[in-house]
Amino acid sequence: MTLFAAIRRWLDERFDWDDLLAPLRHKTVPTHRLSYWYFLGGITLFLFVIQVLTGILLLLYYRPGANEAFESVQYIMTRVRFGWLIRSIHSWSANLMIFTAFAHMFSVLFLKAYRKPRELTWVSGVLLLFLVMGFGFSGYLLPWNTLAFFATTVGTAITGQVPIVGRPLMIFLRGGPQVTGATLTRFFGFHVAVLPGIATVLILLHLLLVQRPGMSIPPKLEVQWTANPSARREMKFFPNFMLRELMAWYAALGVLGVLAALFPWNLGVKADPFASAPAGIKPEWYFLFMFQTLKLIPSKVWFIDGEVLGVLGFGLVGLLWLLLPFFESDQPAHMKRWITGLAVFALAYVAGMTVYGYLAK
Amino acid sequence: MTANQLSQPEPARRRLIAFFLGGGLLASFASFLYPVLRYLVPPAVADLGGDEVVAAKVSELKPNSGMIFRFGSRPGLLIMTSDDTYRALSATCTHLGCTVQYRSDLHEIWCPCHNGIYDLNGRNISGPPPRPLDVFDVHLRGDEIVVSRKREA
Repeated sequence: MTLFAAIRRWLDERFDWDDLLAPLRHKTVPTHRLSYWYFLGGITLFLFVIQVLTGILLLLYYRPGANEAFESVQYIMTRVRFGWLIRSIHSWSANLMIFTAFAHMFSVLFLKAYRKPRELTWVSGVLLLFLVMGFGFSGYLLPWNTLAFFATTVGTAITGQVPIVGRPLMIFLRGGPQVTGATLTRFFGFHVAVLPGIATVLILLHLLLVQRPGMSIPPKLEVQWTANPSARREMKFFPNFMLRELMAWYAALGVLGVLAALFPWNLGVKADPFASAPAGIKPEWYFLFMFQTLKLIPSKVWFIDGEVLGVLGFGLVGLLWLLLPFFESDQPAHMKRWITGLAVFALAYVAGMTVYGYLAK
Repeated sequence: MTANQLSQPEPARRRLIAFFLGGGLLASFASFLYPVLRYLVPPAVADLGGDEVVAAKVSELKPNSGMIFRFGSRPGLLIMTSDDTYRALSATCTHLGCTVQYRSDLHEIWCPCHNGIYDLNGRNISGPPPRPLDVFDVHLRGDEIVVSRKREA
């Protein structure tokens, strides 16, 4: 008996290991023309794991605090061996993860995978997307450079526009009336403790919710396969799909390595609360579509402040987005056309506004 | 008295006990939560800047230029106009709090974050800013440019 088999038997005798793994062995993945979209969630998960690992490595040298943060990141980038690589991978992986999370969401939307019985999978996924953006926002400040300083000033000021709760919330986020070292300490805590804790729970829930009903099939295909069960094609999750997913992960790691090596992330200039904001300042690309929208709203609409209107509007859209599956029918014949239309519009809006925001002065 | 009656005390009394137990439990939770909520709100820091500050030396500023100075814990903007007069204003944009700058090409005050523009009296004349910038008093004391908060009339 090999050592591996011996360990396995030992575990099986005590925990009924084989029974525990049975669902994984029986799990299948439908194979069809659009099966490639099933990889995106896994790739996002992989990039999250990369974030956790590189984040832990950065923690070995990073020091929060207005007088130390910039210098410690500089130290990581210039003195620590491969520090530049670890930090660049952390930054690139963060951006790619947000991109794949968005792509995953839109694929789920277009393939109608959010429909009954997977409503809660969608809800947990959208919450994870919000969380990922929170990771991006809080992590962006940590190097304490000028761009981050003003991005945080503006971002938290937008929070402050929310009626009634806005100002206390802004003070809570900033750790005071202005962005200072106290803000950095708080954001550091959110970024490395609060958000990872919530994310871990939500990811486990999301994965569990995916396992229960199995993989979704596009409605049209579902109709065909139900009418003609012999047309049904699927592969085993383990090992067939898993090995393909691993190849995708390996490729993602390669892409990350190339990006980090060829385009190492900039550190910028140390933040100075007593310097003017630099010209041409913009938020990270994943906030651009909201930034550009806010820019286009006039300062007064009727008697409401433009910013307040924008913030409330985005809040409402976010809430409706979260609840989208509850407006959908579970009958393939009665799928709501307007939801598909909305999905196309949302994608076009986000992409268009991002490009516009990037090009606009 | 049947077995059923023994296991089922009077509903009214049960509800009363449940009310007090539940209420007590909730009150204890509130007492745990209250310090945490208070802890989350940062203590107010006294602004030690006072009402007056030496913003710069006369030699530091050329005509048609501006500089940022510290006014307590907030940035201020000191401008020497083309006709050699000094202006001092709050440098915090009234829109979303970026730090504004003097544009010598426009002779105006500009916020790069959302393209807000103020005139030299701090009035918001273009872009999203909802309110004018606070204007401070400026006077010279020897070769020092002294900025002070406007005295309320």
